Amino acid sequence: MSDVAERVKKIVVEHLGVDEAKVTEQASFIDDLGADSLDTVELVMAFEEEFGCEIPDDAAEKILTVKDAISFINENAG
Amino acid sequence: MSRRVVVTGMGIVCPLGAGTRAVWDRLIAGHTGIVAIDRFEVADLPSRVAGLVPMDEDHPCRFDIDAVASSKDRRRMDPFIVYALGAAAEAVEAAGLTDISPELGLRVGVQIGSGIGGLSTIAEAADTLRERGPRKISPFFIPSSLINLASGQVSIRYGFKGPNHSAVTACSTGAHAIGDAAHMIRRGDADIMVAGGAEAAVCRLGIAGFSAAKALSTSYNDTPEKASRPWDQGRDGFVMGEGAGVVVLEDYEHAKARGATIHAEVLGYGMSGDAYHITAPAEDGDGGFRSMQAALKSAGLSPSDIDYVNAHGTSTPLGDEIELGAVKRLFGEASRSMSMSSTKSAVGHLLGAAGAVEAIFSVMACAEQVVPPTLNLENPSQGCDMDLVPLTAKQRPVRRALSNSFGFGGTNASLVFGRLDQD
Repeated sequence: MSDVAERVKKIVVEHLGVDEAKVTEQASFIDDLGADSLDTVELVMAFEEEFGCEIPDDAAEKILTVKDAISFINENAG
Repeated sequence: MSRRVVVTGMGIVCPLGAGTRAVWDRLIAGHTGIVAIDRFEVADLPSRVAGLVPMDEDHPCRFDIDAVASSKDRRRMDPFIVYALGAAAEAVEAAGLTDISPELGLRVGVQIGSGIGGLSTIAEAADTLRERGPRKISPFFIPSSLINLASGQVSIRYGFKGPNHSAVTACSTGAHAIGDAAHMIRRGDADIMVAGGAEAAVCRLGIAGFSAAKALSTSYNDTPEKASRPWDQGRDGFVMGEGAGVVVLEDYEHAKARGATIHAEVLGYGMSGDAYHITAPAEDGDGGFRSMQAALKSAGLSPSDIDYVNAHGTSTPLGDEIELGAVKRLFGEASRSMSMSSTKSAVGHLLGAAGAVEAIFSVMACAEQVVPPTLNLENPSQGCDMDLVPLTAKQRPVRRALSNSFGFGGTNASLVFGRLDQD
């Protein structure tokens, strides 16, 4: 599902205004990509929008890295 | 002895462009920033003209929004905050405060107000809430809309950790912000204050709201450059404008010690309330009269010490003549030798930013010994027999200038500026 990974990375680049090269799957939104708590809320909303899914608050709290987001979407979206 | 307060930096983002020098030159040359609104649907709105901040590449002094706030930043700031940051950047750089020590940062405060705040952001969020529900409201909605976030964002960007405050007094906001900030320096709360006003209420909801209050010009939708015409017989309401004005105020001794360029001194500040009506000024102009009187008193000046009045002069049928009457009453014989103009004829009414931008125009009038024109003043209303600087700017001695701002709710503020190098 590389398509999901690409789309997630694109959203992260756009919303956090960071270099594409820094958006690896291991990257943590807060520790590595300079996001704050409001940015992470907005990111989750953008994922919901892009993939047409709902990410409940308790699941959203566990999405800390790019990989977490890709995994959640692969398992729950579509 | 009370501390003296001087202006050591100025910044403008307004319908004539960005940058104090460029905007002033365009103002004096008689340019207008009032255009047909092209940003949103206007067909069903009675007023379809406004003073819009120019952003086109081919404009001689456009506002370069990308240089002030990235697309990421702009998602967390309503345009009024972006304008505030733009004006603050110019003022702070001019004052040499972009890279200051943490110790000095503790003595620098921010006092930037707004009349309405993030109106377009609030309108859009209300649509989102109704159409798509609460889960779709952005986490940046609140911090993007709150009025004091202009002061907050400026303080965060530059590390200004002194008093952080915001005036909210409708169309008197900018003047109150500057006057109150000067008081903070006099009291010793700070050595430097970054002060002014910002507004970005030219949106469908803003136009609809002021239209409903019968405040806006509606007869010049096809000739926007003629719409704002203070004291002219053909005036029919004010023209909305947007932008920000920010000044750096500083304790005189502090400014002198660090070798800062001093543009003017804040000599006086007066305030009053009308206690009359929510939107209309009292017919005898008593509120404006007492505000100007208090400003002269605080400056220890007589009417004959003022050479130029930058009027509130919004181009409404009622307000312009009431203000002129109050000026004639207060200044008496001296009103024959002074000049008064309304720069709203060129930029429109910037609401909460108006008093700040006009304070800067007043400082510039003192610095340059030129008074800006009242555009479109072709046929003055009866009794408007002062020098209202019709159509073209005028060179003349300007020792001191007084700037008036009057707001809905009956809130009035007057500021007096003068060159430092006089007795």
